[in-house]
Amino acid sequence: MNGWSDAFNWLLDPTNWSGPGGIPARTEEHLVYTLVTLVVACIIALPIGLAVGHTGKGRGVAVQFSGALRALPTLGVLLLLATWLGLGFGPPLVAMVLLALPPLIAGAYAGVEAVDRQTIDAARSIGMTGWQVLFKVELPLALPIIIGGVRSACLQVIATWTVAAYLPLGGLGRYIYDGYAVQNYAEMLGGSIVVIILALVADGVFAIVQRLVVPRGVVLGRASDVRVRQSRSLVGTSGSTTAG
Amino acid sequence: MALKSRIISAAAAAALGALALAGCSSGNPLDSSTTSSANSGGAIVVGSANFPESEIIAQIYTQALASNGVKTSIKPNIGAREAYLKALQDGSIDLVPEYSGSLLQYYDAKTTAQSSTDVYAALSDALPKGYQVLNQSKAEDKDSYNVTKAFSEKYNVTSLSDLKSVSIPLTVGANPEFADRPYGIPGLKSAYGVTATLDPISDSGGPLTVKALQDGTVQLADIYTTSSAIKDNGFVTLKDPKNIIIAENVLPVINSKKVTDKVKSVLNAVSGALTTDDLVSMNDKASGSAKESAAQIAKEWLSEKNLFQ
Repeated sequence: MNGWSDAFNWLLDPTNWSGPGGIPARTEEHLVYTLVTLVVACIIALPIGLAVGHTGKGRGVAVQFSGALRALPTLGVLLLLATWLGLGFGPPLVAMVLLALPPLIAGAYAGVEAVDRQTIDAARSIGMTGWQVLFKVELPLALPIIIGGVRSACLQVIATWTVAAYLPLGGLGRYIYDGYAVQNYAEMLGGSIVVIILALVADGVFAIVQRLVVPRGVVLGRASDVRVRQSRSLVGTSGSTTAG
Repeated sequence: MALKSRIISAAAAAALGALALAGCSSGNPLDSSTTSSANSGGAIVVGSANFPESEIIAQIYTQALASNGVKTSIKPNIGAREAYLKALQDGSIDLVPEYSGSLLQYYDAKTTAQSSTDVYAALSDALPKGYQVLNQSKAEDKDSYNVTKAFSEKYNVTSLSDLKSVSIPLTVGANPEFADRPYGIPGLKSAYGVTATLDPISDSGGPLTVKALQDGTVQLADIYTTSSAIKDNGFVTLKDPKNIIIAENVLPVINSKKVTDKVKSVLNAVSGALTTDDLVSMNDKASGSAKESAAQIAKEWLSEKNLFQ
């Protein structure tokens, strides 16, 4: 009767770990759906975000557009598209891509915007073209924030793909919808736990990637920056800063 | 000071709200004291479940009885089966429209009766003492297997037993529970020897299921018999000679104390006239662009059928 122990029993049941409806197969489907969504969304969002960040033009439009996208209820979009286009992979993919766009666009333009203007000026003064500035200076420096956007999008997309199991699709959402249909709450909770684990693992992977993509010069610069800033602030407001 | 005056005004507002609520209490449907007094007066209290179709049929019962001089009152929108059958048994309502199969399974979970006649026959034993069902109508609201007209003609299919000879693989569009239920995929296999796969669509035979059937994404679709989509799209509802789907005829359940010859004849006349097509068109009026009230729909139906005018 205990919901949690039922769910763990469900998770440990070997029959749930094999076949086309088993946890490995469903997890794989879920990952493929997520990956396809992120790739498509990145192809759309990153050029827009980089362009806005690089030129500084269209920022207002981009902010409002991605804000409006955030307000779209995914299940509603999914059902509307499915009634227009029919069943299949298309409608849920579009709905999930729409969900992933705002954090990706925001990450890209915020990342480029955050690059120190002096650095860009320096790059220009040594004769770099706009494209060179973008790809050799802005993009590498912005990469941690851009990856942060991908990380945030990935988390949302993994969680929200479950909703698409309203339609005849695979993925981990199957457990939630199929379990609900027959009041098998152990299956619902067990499936949800797998989703949570998957999301946490993916988030962890992106956290590591985010650290790895920080250019070496930035790491060195940041360390010396911190030291300089700390010594300054210690002089300015003695005792209010904790050294660390 | 500002805070204090705000507290005072909030308190005043709360007091006003309480007064307003107290003013409404005579119409409070949860107040059992008013109903028992209504009951002792001999009026028949008609209840309904919390969906439009049940409410409309309850209105039909109420209006039909009222126009024959039977004192009635109505208590619509009580809730799900558990709630309104409990209300029937505790005396807060006397009469409620029901669906034969679900009613039987509620009181006898182990029943094997499936066909309309068997279910009706089993009901008199299954109901608790002091309650009875009157005649059942032909109107049914239940799951049904549907195919497109083109499919029906191409493969010569009008019944579930014809499916065995269909050469192409069959996919059913239905809610996920269809994979496990005896009237779903397992029933097709055991009763008709038909192997089909399920495309789970969680909209209970709604627009997505209908579209999947139209598109040919699925060959069969589970759609409720009272859905206008069946007629609108010219779908063919397959016969179910082995009764894997339990009968769900609409019928009145009533407290036996309230049954008089007049009540019986009025309600039997209503059940005699009610058809599944009537349910479809009445549901359309309730949910479509018209959004008529249950009382109005019931009135129109009674005049259409020339009952008790």
